[in-house]
Amino acid sequence: MSKGRFKGICGAPGVAMGRAFIYRLSELNTVVRSAGSPEAELNRYRAAVERAEAELDQLLARADKEGAEILTAHRLMLGDPDLYAMVEGAIAEGHGAEEALEGAVDQFAAMLEAVEDEYLRERAADVRDVGRRLMAALTGAKIGLTLTYPCVVVARDLAPTDTIGVDRRYLLGIVTEQGGPTSHTCIVARSWGIPAVVAAAGILEAATDGATVALDGTAGEVIFAPSPAEASAFEDRVRAAAEQALRDRAEAGEPAVTPDGHRIELAGNAGSPADVVAAVERGAEGIGLLRSEFLFMGRDAAPSEDEQYRAYSEALKAAHGHRVIIRTLDVGGDKDIPYLALPKEENPFLGVRALRLCVRRPALFQSQLRALLRAGVHGKLAIMFPMVAGLEDLRQARAALAEAEASLAAEGVAYASSYEMGIMIEIPSAALVAGHLAREADFFSIGTNDLTQYTLAMDRGNPELTGSYQPHHPAVLRLIDLIVQAAHGAGKWVGVCGEMAGQPAGALLLLGLGIDELSMAGPSVPAIRRLVRATALAEAKAVAGRALACGTPAEVLHLVAPLLTIAM
Amino acid sequence: MIERTFTLTNPTGLHARPASLFVQTVQRFPGTDVFVRKGEKEINARSLLQVLALGAGAGSAITVKCSGPQEADVLTALGALIEGNFGE
Repeated sequence: MSKGRFKGICGAPGVAMGRAFIYRLSELNTVVRSAGSPEAELNRYRAAVERAEAELDQLLARADKEGAEILTAHRLMLGDPDLYAMVEGAIAEGHGAEEALEGAVDQFAAMLEAVEDEYLRERAADVRDVGRRLMAALTGAKIGLTLTYPCVVVARDLAPTDTIGVDRRYLLGIVTEQGGPTSHTCIVARSWGIPAVVAAAGILEAATDGATVALDGTAGEVIFAPSPAEASAFEDRVRAAAEQALRDRAEAGEPAVTPDGHRIELAGNAGSPADVVAAVERGAEGIGLLRSEFLFMGRDAAPSEDEQYRAYSEALKAAHGHRVIIRTLDVGGDKDIPYLALPKEENPFLGVRALRLCVRRPALFQSQLRALLRAGVHGKLAIMFPMVAGLEDLRQARAALAEAEASLAAEGVAYASSYEMGIMIEIPSAALVAGHLAREADFFSIGTNDLTQYTLAMDRGNPELTGSYQPHHPAVLRLIDLIVQAAHGAGKWVGVCGEMAGQPAGALLLLGLGIDELSMAGPSVPAIRRLVRATALAEAKAVAGRALACGTPAEVLHLVAPLLTIAM
Repeated sequence: MIERTFTLTNPTGLHARPASLFVQTVQRFPGTDVFVRKGEKEINARSLLQVLALGAGAGSAITVKCSGPQEADVLTALGALIEGNFGE
């Protein structure tokens, strides 16, 4: 089988098409050979260590900071005295150098795999990586991706050793058979802006060197030997994406300031650290909503505190000093997570979800809050609680946060000394008591999707109702107006992180209602920036003021339409 | 022989980067034996693999034992590294 479609998961967003380059050197293959004398074998091993050290030194000379950290650890592992002693012992017993190395690597990898700390357990992969490099040096093979023409790399999985020396100009995309969203392959693909699909079972068997392969990283889709129609559709998408990226990059540095000098913050919504990178590239001035659910979905057990710490740290670092608002776990009811064993509810949207669930599961909640606070040392952190109906909810959340801080302080573990603590306003009761909430929170972010749903008592997923579900309904606008007045009255800022913020009509109304920050899906940022830069605040205010007095959503849209045609 | 117990207060404990710095510091003093103890386990501080396998996460207490001509210098250097949170 050499053609066909494969489904994997998104490693890094974007589309690419090119010739497949199959990288098969991605496993430790022990070559079986008869052993020479112990002296001869030990000499071969020493020479291999020297060769491998020289390779690493070459790579170190041109590595970036992150690569250098990995390579430094690998360099120390190569020269590890205990690893050497173990290999030496096995050779003295009559084993060949390859066999001795394999045994020692297995033993150290097993030792690391037995460690409780999940991150340290993953270092077993580094030991195997170093072992692979030494094995290649022993047998005269050269390890690492060497690309000489533009191509899509197809591999089982990629380790730091494989990617560190690669010529990025030739790397169009990556497709791997194994790996997950936090694997090395994904991390490098995101940071280099290269589309990637991982965990695509069966692709190695299907791939042919040099044959055309197309991939859609966002959708997690791979097509081998696409038909002429599929290929030309992909070509168009690749070209359009490149052109759009150029335009967006040219405008990304321009601030979102209205012609009459009012500045509004445009932030990105993110579902993973990868989205943070993409949003910042499009000129988002921070992240207005990072949904932490990505860490909890599609697995058998909750992520450890350390795993969460690393993911939040990655997101905070990727924002380069801009604020990142991380929302605590928002599941329950409709978003099920099997290992949490949530009871079935009659009305999931009105049940034990989000904050209501977290306060009932203190261990789960504390591990997330501790991880957030620890990660806060790496950037500008804001923690946001979803599903706050009133003051009691806010106070419960604050108490949990104080408990997490106290436990970290007692253990002497470093954590963020300053950060913001805010709440989602998505329940009408919270909007109506926003004055009280504003005194005890640092900021509000209005979740217009749920606020509309709860205000209009309308399921936005119900196809019969989609036409009537309208966030620009005057009732919703009046609630937003109340929230903004309450926040500003207490000297606090207020943002919007629902879909309304990324839609031109919605953004214009929100601008006029005095919202300080609009957070939207990364791809919407450039269009909304153009809208803000073309619309005077005075005009937006006038329209918003009249919209508050409207009786129906249709009347509101009628008011807004003329401004949109001028702006876009 | 001298020894001192430290609590790891950096956010990650002895993870790859801090552990590398730790081992590199020990290697600057070739004539001095350095061991690290955590709970029941005691390992050679010159081996990065052993230091990683110690599993000393954030908040762990470790005891550093040094013996040799430069034992005081090693302990001072390692103490500065740990108490400076490995530059994190």
